[in-house]
Amino acid sequence: MTRTSRTARAGQYAALLCYLVFLAFPFLWLLSTAFKPARELGSLHPTWLPEHPTTDNFRQAFEEQPLLRAAANSLTAALCAAVIAVGVATPLAYVMARHRGRLSRAATGWVVVSQAFPFVLVIIPLFLVLKNLRLINSLGGLVLVYVVWSLPFALWMLAGYVRAVPRELEEAAAVDGAGKARILLSVTAPLLAPGIVATALFAFITAWNEFFFALVLLKTPEKQTLPVVLTHFLGAEGAADLGPLAAAAFLATLPSLVVFALIQRRITGGLTSGAVKH
Amino acid sequence: MTTTGGAAPPGRKVPRGGAPAGRRGPDGATWFLVLPALIPILVLSVGPLLYGIALAFTDAQSGRTRSTRWTGTLNFQDLLHDGLFWESFRIGLLWAVGVTAWQFVLALGLALLLNTDLRLRWLARALAIIPWAMPEVVVGIMWRLVYNPDAGILNETLRDLGLGDGRDWLTGLATALPAVVLVGVWAGMPQTTVALLAGLQNTPHELHEAAALDGAGAWRRFRTVTWPALVPVALAVTALNFIWNFNSFALVYVLTGGGPGGRTRLPMLFAYEEAFRYGQFGYAAAMGCVMVAVISVVLAVFLAGRLKGGEDT
Repeated sequence: MTRTSRTARAGQYAALLCYLVFLAFPFLWLLSTAFKPARELGSLHPTWLPEHPTTDNFRQAFEEQPLLRAAANSLTAALCAAVIAVGVATPLAYVMARHRGRLSRAATGWVVVSQAFPFVLVIIPLFLVLKNLRLINSLGGLVLVYVVWSLPFALWMLAGYVRAVPRELEEAAAVDGAGKARILLSVTAPLLAPGIVATALFAFITAWNEFFFALVLLKTPEKQTLPVVLTHFLGAEGAADLGPLAAAAFLATLPSLVVFALIQRRITGGLTSGAVKH
Repeated sequence: MTTTGGAAPPGRKVPRGGAPAGRRGPDGATWFLVLPALIPILVLSVGPLLYGIALAFTDAQSGRTRSTRWTGTLNFQDLLHDGLFWESFRIGLLWAVGVTAWQFVLALGLALLLNTDLRLRWLARALAIIPWAMPEVVVGIMWRLVYNPDAGILNETLRDLGLGDGRDWLTGLATALPAVVLVGVWAGMPQTTVALLAGLQNTPHELHEAAALDGAGAWRRFRTVTWPALVPVALAVTALNFIWNFNSFALVYVLTGGGPGGRTRLPMLFAYEEAFRYGQFGYAAAMGCVMVAVISVVLAVFLAGRLKGGEDT
């Protein structure tokens, strides 16, 4: 339809190429650094590709810092937070999407307002509250914080998925004499399942990546999560051991990348369109 | 149980102004659905927020045996004369405005490119996942490797191109803030691009073709057809980005720790140090309150001005 001249086309490709380079080069550099032997890292003229690729950095990273324990802590916190967050958010999101009462408006208002408040205003009182509950320096306390912290977007996403489930299906089941609980469990829940999974995975990534709350709430190295332990590599004066640092940083990113790639496909699945036609 | 819609033909939306159940106010079953989320929200979000605002009017400190007392607006009076805090605040605004503006401009460009039929668009979409999914701490570490004065690729590339010897970007007084702003832009661009792309795909296609038939050039079509349709998305995404950027912490904490000489000490870093290094809870809470107030004012002015500007054209 729109006729685009040759020069304009070339300009578009040049611009796209710039974007591709800008997006990719830091990550490629991280990868390259992770596989470089120490001698090349100390060279004054670093090369784009490692000349003698090695996995020494990965071994060294595991020896220098308790990465496995940190990863286990991160995994526990993120899994618990994601499951609990979705568990408590799904029912409320259902109400928000289906009933237009004062309660739904208040919940929507909270979702919006909670985005505007700086963490520091929330973390000080939370710190004092959790201290009284003896939940400082414990993964349990961190999970509680992550649940509440991920609720706004979980509610937002889930309410959207509920709206996509046609009301007619629930009403048809009601005509057939099914009770309210039965309708929710055997009509709505299966249709919502992909959305619930996507939301849980998203909550998992945010908790896995989170740094600020973990930094404040976890004091001893045995309890600390992966992002906090990663900053230990930087050392006191910023004199970092670059190779192991890059290797550990790359490993910490892998789960997020994999999970994120999964959700992208999940979100595009159109389950509801088929359900109404039958 | 309502069955009013049961007779409606399947597959067609029945327009309705809210379900009858919603009009009656929440019943027992609704409360059962709502409470699991409501209790944590009240106890761990709304409560702490109010508690935090109250703390700003006290002399609360960490690890003190004497009981906390109300001090009225003393913290705010002290803040007024705290030059370091206002310097940090100025830096925070420079950072937030800089990152948000560049994020928007670059994301708009990328979204427009992705909205065409170019090849390699899939690659851009795939690559955009990386900044989005990556932990902020890793983004900071990665860019420290790029900026590294000796072993970094940036200085090496500059040397190869004959553009001088490069420099120590993150510890130079003049370069530190622009350097961290660039990282902020890189990290936030994908979300903005996806939002703007969704907005672009909702612009009416027919209008575009009509404008093209009338002989309107690309720029004119963008200004008269695309942009007006995009304004609501652009406003929402910019406002949210500004809030997030102003409250950002991990990126700069890892990149510079607030240095050199406080040149990148964002308000969040300042308040964090005040609260958890020096234990001044009350004072730090007052900082948080001032941050909320300023964000609200800036957003109100921005949104009001933009909405008015939209009506004029």
